[in-house]
Amino acid sequence: MRMLAALIAMLLSAPVLAQSALPPAPYANRQISDPAQERKAKALMETIRCLTCQSQSIADSDASLAGDMRSQIRERIMAGEEPEHIRAWLIERYGDWVSYEPTADPILWPLWGAPVLLIGLGLLVLRGRIRRKRS
Amino acid sequence: MIAEAGLIALWLAFALALLQLTLAGFGLAGGKPELLGSVRPVAVAQGVLVGIAFALLITLFLRSDMSVALVVTNSHSMKPWLYKFAGTWGNHEGSMLLWVTVMGVAGAAVALFERALRRDTHMATLGGQAAISLGFYAFLLFSSNPFARVDPPAPDGQGLNPLLQDPGLAFHPPTLYLGYVGLSVAFSFAIGALLTRRVDAAFARAMRPWVLAAWVLLTLGITAGSYWAYYELGWGGWWFWDPVENASLMPWLAATALLHSVTVLATRDALRAWTVMLAVIAFSMSMVGTFLVRSGILTSVHAFAVDPERGTFILVLLGFYIGGALALFGWRVGAVREGAPFELVSRETMLVVNNLLLSVILGLVLIGTLYPLMTEAFGHKVSVGAPYFDRIAGPVALILMLVMAAGPLTRWRRDKLGLVARRLLVPGAIALLVAVVLATVAWGRIGVLPLLGLTVALSVGAASVAPLWKRNLRRTPLFTWGMVIAHLGCAVSLAGMACDSAFTVEKLAAVRVGDTVQAGDWKLRLLQISPIAGDNWTALQADMEAVRGGGRAVTLHPQSRFFASPATATTEAALLTRWNGQLYVVLGQEAEDGRWQLRIWWKPFVTLIWLGGVMIALGGALALVGRERRGWLLKWRGRALA
Repeated sequence: MRMLAALIAMLLSAPVLAQSALPPAPYANRQISDPAQERKAKALMETIRCLTCQSQSIADSDASLAGDMRSQIRERIMAGEEPEHIRAWLIERYGDWVSYEPTADPILWPLWGAPVLLIGLGLLVLRGRIRRKRS
Repeated sequence: MIAEAGLIALWLAFALALLQLTLAGFGLAGGKPELLGSVRPVAVAQGVLVGIAFALLITLFLRSDMSVALVVTNSHSMKPWLYKFAGTWGNHEGSMLLWVTVMGVAGAAVALFERALRRDTHMATLGGQAAISLGFYAFLLFSSNPFARVDPPAPDGQGLNPLLQDPGLAFHPPTLYLGYVGLSVAFSFAIGALLTRRVDAAFARAMRPWVLAAWVLLTLGITAGSYWAYYELGWGGWWFWDPVENASLMPWLAATALLHSVTVLATRDALRAWTVMLAVIAFSMSMVGTFLVRSGILTSVHAFAVDPERGTFILVLLGFYIGGALALFGWRVGAVREGAPFELVSRETMLVVNNLLLSVILGLVLIGTLYPLMTEAFGHKVSVGAPYFDRIAGPVALILMLVMAAGPLTRWRRDKLGLVARRLLVPGAIALLVAVVLATVAWGRIGVLPLLGLTVALSVGAASVAPLWKRNLRRTPLFTWGMVIAHLGCAVSLAGMACDSAFTVEKLAAVRVGDTVQAGDWKLRLLQISPIAGDNWTALQADMEAVRGGGRAVTLHPQSRFFASPATATTEAALLTRWNGQLYVVLGQEAEDGRWQLRIWWKPFVTLIWLGGVMIALGGALALVGRERRGWLLKWRGRALA
């Protein structure tokens, strides 16, 4: 009977053991003590895409991979690495897809020209609508 | 039987839409004007039938009829009744049925209540409404039948996504769809006016209330959706520049531009072609949005009802309707004169600039949303997100806000620059003061965009109430009040956004029961963690105590919930609302050492974001009532005399 009880207890505790088998990334949910560094890390995390979620940044995701990436970023920031350097490292590892910031690749440059083009087009249309000063 | 009756009602509505289009077509162009008398009753009958079909689907969900495939895959008998009810539209087929229901009911409303429009344009409008409905009926009947049966019936359903099991589901999608699809009325009006070549001030006055009504509901729907995502997703974000959000923002931007250009058309009989074009664009954006959401072509946090195969069908519909409308526009636009040009300094020019900037933002959001699709076609996967939209659309939006401040203070037809500048003196002084104070107090601690945002918000807030200055407030027309409140709402909302991004305090902590955490001015203590159970979930609930300064302790109860069907874990954030902000607490997981993960945010004035949204909608509603009341009074007096 005692054996059976022990067996049940073991079965019940199995999921808990499975969960703790993988140690969680140390800085997934822990802030850097220096607020300036934490701000830097947070700003970077907000522009990194969570790869296992649907369109969320790693700064607001419960996914474990996002937690790992947050931890990586915080540890690298603490080691004194620059955010853009970390971004480049992440892009090299996971592809352009991982960065929400559209600077990484020449294919994205037209995006930055779009506002100029649209406003110019609008002004052109507008010019026809406004009466010239009568001279 | 209920499912079959629903399917029959849907087929009948489809047939009536076909009849409605045929009657209007032959009546207007086929030389049989006697047919036109039947168009309105048919439109009403179609609205009633599709309404019945939708009510029957709701009944199936409420009764948990597990012989219907849609109920099996999206519901569960143990769910609370509210989520059985609202779960009707928490899936692809149900939400598309809601879509055609709104379209049919809107058509019926146009048939019943529209009195100001010329008869031929009215009939052409109803024909147009039937034409768009037809495509979406066909989509439902041929590729997304909501009433399909399963044989044998399933023992129980698979349940609804737990993230959706929230009162928000009962309110947000119907409101959003009423706005989204309500814009189909503006689209049909434009088609009708192009067909009968009658685009004038009278047409604009007839179209304005429909545009306003759709816009008010769309504004409310987006505001509600944003707040729901904010408290449900558990990370304190309220806007993610996610494709689904952009899909609702784009029709809103177009409708906002339309709302202002239709006023120019109604007041000055100008911007005719442009207004018609915007009416076409606004609903086209609704359709593009639906395509993006329903096809699953873009990944999104909010996509709960996705099927790639059906995307093609919607894409064909989309191309057909938008292409058709644009072709009609190109064909007939020659017959529509734009009217006289404007003076440079005039209300008209301000409104044209408003339209220009709104269109630019719309274009940017559209390009940014579709760009990853285009690069993917070249085998290159990229992401375009918040950093792009914030930096690109943000400044344009701020300029737009400044124009919004000046517009109502500028006269129609012709004004003097010096006079406008003098009226803007007080708001300008406030802007300068705020900028100087903020720059000295918080330079380097907050970003440039939030700093500019706060400055603009406060000065625009002052400028937007300026039209009431020195006026007899009791004799000020209701629509002027509406404008003032809506514009003030924009400033309030902007202030909330800027405060949230500038001053939010974030605290992540791992604590034992009995420990205390400091977050901003707040001291939080974890009292205990206990298991509790709901109808279809179990949860771990934390009892926490929050104290600010020497104030009284308030208890908070964040939960992490576990749903059995489908098996999912969600977080229920605890929110504490104060006049100057919100405390947002999320309970995370337990670590091996027995400490609990807590995520805590103090978000100063964050609630202003949604308060502003509600004010914008309220302003629109006041304008609608104010404009229409005169008509109602006249009609009522006419009846009393008769």
